[in-house]
Amino acid sequence: MTAQPRRVLVAKPGLDGHDRGAKIVARALRDAGYEVIYTGIRQKVGVIAELALQEDVDLVGLSVLSGAHLGLARQVLDALRANGLDDVKLVIGGTIPASDSGALLDLGVDAVFPTGTSIDAVVAGVDALWPGGTGGVPPTKAAEAARKETGVAAG
Amino acid sequence: MSQDNEQAPVSTESGIPVDPLYSPATTKLDYGDIGDPGTFPFTRGNFPSGYRHKLWTFRQYSGFGTADQTNARYKYLLASGGTGLSVAADLPTQIGYDSDDPDVTEEVGRVGVALDTLADAEILFAGIPLDQVSTSWTVNGTAAIMLAFYVAVGKKQGVPIDRLRGTIQNDILKEYVARGTWIWPPEPSIRLIVDTIEYCARNIPRYNAISVAGAHFRDAGCTAAQEMAFTLADGVTYVDAVLERGRMTIDEFAPQVSFFFYTHSDFFEEIAKYRAGRRRWARLVKERWGAKNESSCLFRMGCVAGGSTLYAPQPHNNIVRIAYEAMASVLGGVQSMFTSAWDEPFALPTEESTTLALRTQQILAYENGVARTVDPLGGSWFVESLTDAMEDQLVAIMADVDDHGGMVRAIEDGYVQGLIAEEAWKAQKMIESGERPIVGVNVFQTDETPADLQVYGLDADGRQRQLDRLAAVKRDRSPADVRRVLKELQAAAEQPDVNLMPLLVEAVEAYATVGEITQALRDVWGEYRQPVVF
Repeated sequence: MTAQPRRVLVAKPGLDGHDRGAKIVARALRDAGYEVIYTGIRQKVGVIAELALQEDVDLVGLSVLSGAHLGLARQVLDALRANGLDDVKLVIGGTIPASDSGALLDLGVDAVFPTGTSIDAVVAGVDALWPGGTGGVPPTKAAEAARKETGVAAG
Repeated sequence: MSQDNEQAPVSTESGIPVDPLYSPATTKLDYGDIGDPGTFPFTRGNFPSGYRHKLWTFRQYSGFGTADQTNARYKYLLASGGTGLSVAADLPTQIGYDSDDPDVTEEVGRVGVALDTLADAEILFAGIPLDQVSTSWTVNGTAAIMLAFYVAVGKKQGVPIDRLRGTIQNDILKEYVARGTWIWPPEPSIRLIVDTIEYCARNIPRYNAISVAGAHFRDAGCTAAQEMAFTLADGVTYVDAVLERGRMTIDEFAPQVSFFFYTHSDFFEEIAKYRAGRRRWARLVKERWGAKNESSCLFRMGCVAGGSTLYAPQPHNNIVRIAYEAMASVLGGVQSMFTSAWDEPFALPTEESTTLALRTQQILAYENGVARTVDPLGGSWFVESLTDAMEDQLVAIMADVDDHGGMVRAIEDGYVQGLIAEEAWKAQKMIESGERPIVGVNVFQTDETPADLQVYGLDADGRQRQLDRLAAVKRDRSPADVRRVLKELQAAAEQPDVNLMPLLVEAVEAYATVGEITQALRDVWGEYRQPVVF
């Protein structure tokens, strides 16, 4: 048997419709072995938390370009907790000033990827959220075996 | 990087191969296919005397916070020599939510000005006579409502409706693909666009009822050829829809259809894109729709220099990028241009950087002589050959869209979105691998600390002012009038052949809000459902 890949919900909260970056990150994580669901644009915070629950994801990745990242991150964290998803990790990317990174991390965001972060750095940053930087596939023996068998790198 | 240039790309960004040399031996020019400027097929430009007759419009996109703040910025821009206004509206206004809607409080006044009711529009243009400026609106989902605002403000100022000038972007198809301010599904949205085109043709002859825009496809990551081809395919969709209604001939409205693009950094390809697009459109108008007037064939376009070709590292390099892109736009023959400010990748532009952006255009217009001769690159073996190759690509991409059932179907299926996401992915990989050099970003980097990003948020005072104004308008208007006109609007919306524009003007004059009007139509038409492709 093979291990289940970790599941990621890439989400665009708020009204901003520019999702070039969100789609590139979604694809990069998929290529790195994660199972990726993308919400599409203009999602309400409640819907994002509901999807995270239904889809049983390990990570939610928010993309915010409108400047509303602090308020939206706070709302998403609250909504995740309200759904009992305290262990779901939250990362955020977009037009985020370096000076806001600390505040986001203090809120409980696990990692911040501002505009200009390379694809590789995003994938590495997401991988690093789990012990040993194991990324898309949890480090079970089955997974190791599967990886050797297929020769597919899992991030 | 060294002077050894063996590894330099040998094709344009759209993948058109480029030879080291063009000459009579490589390229046979057929002047009949090119034509003089101002004559069919308009390869060399729309007008016989080019910019000698009339310079392009310097149009700087601007709008933030509340209507009074933006009004002050407009007066400053006009006093500095700007010749047209360009309204940036906030996202709630563009998508049809009022500032007091609890779901949108974070977004009020953030990326543009908040316009809830006619009262805001009156303040926006206070002291700016609408018969003396042209105003462009980057609004799509709610474009018809913004047009109604403009007509109503003009009436209040005593300006005859046929003296109004400007453009509403009003292009919903690219919103479904790239920019995201859609509201209703394609069919009723296109019907509303047809209504505005008809209304402008009948009442406001100097107003562009639509600006079919490729710019947003481009910023989402597609190539220059895709940008132009998808835009032409959208244009075909709208024109077909107007003609299908059967109340106007092509010659009655074609002169009020305009276009809008991004000029990116591949200099000659951008010039070829504009020349080829102009020729392709002229041929479509004449051959597909049988226009009798040559003026119907004109491909009138605006552009932005900057956008996603600007970078935060070593930001002053952006000044140079914008200047080259602006020059390519002029050599391509655009009718209006917005030059981005160099600090745009990380901040809301300052008055200083905005002025420098405008100066960039003024230097091109008045100082270095590129505007002196019409289409100075016409007849260049290279540029004509690139123009031909670009037109071939446009034809091929448009045929591919047709094979997918036309633009509406190709968008509903996510086909176009998938093509663009693929190009965005490739471009990102090429920049990260260094295959596409970007000075200061992946070559010639320095270890200077980049400027921190600044984001603009409307201050609490501004938001409160907006909410107070909206509350006052709602208190002072006649609720019975609002209810009646919205009901009439809904009844008319159920009949596809009724033009909704007169009722929209009536609705805004009764001080119905953007959110109320949008919701009234959503109750009849439903909401668009996006396919998700990455």
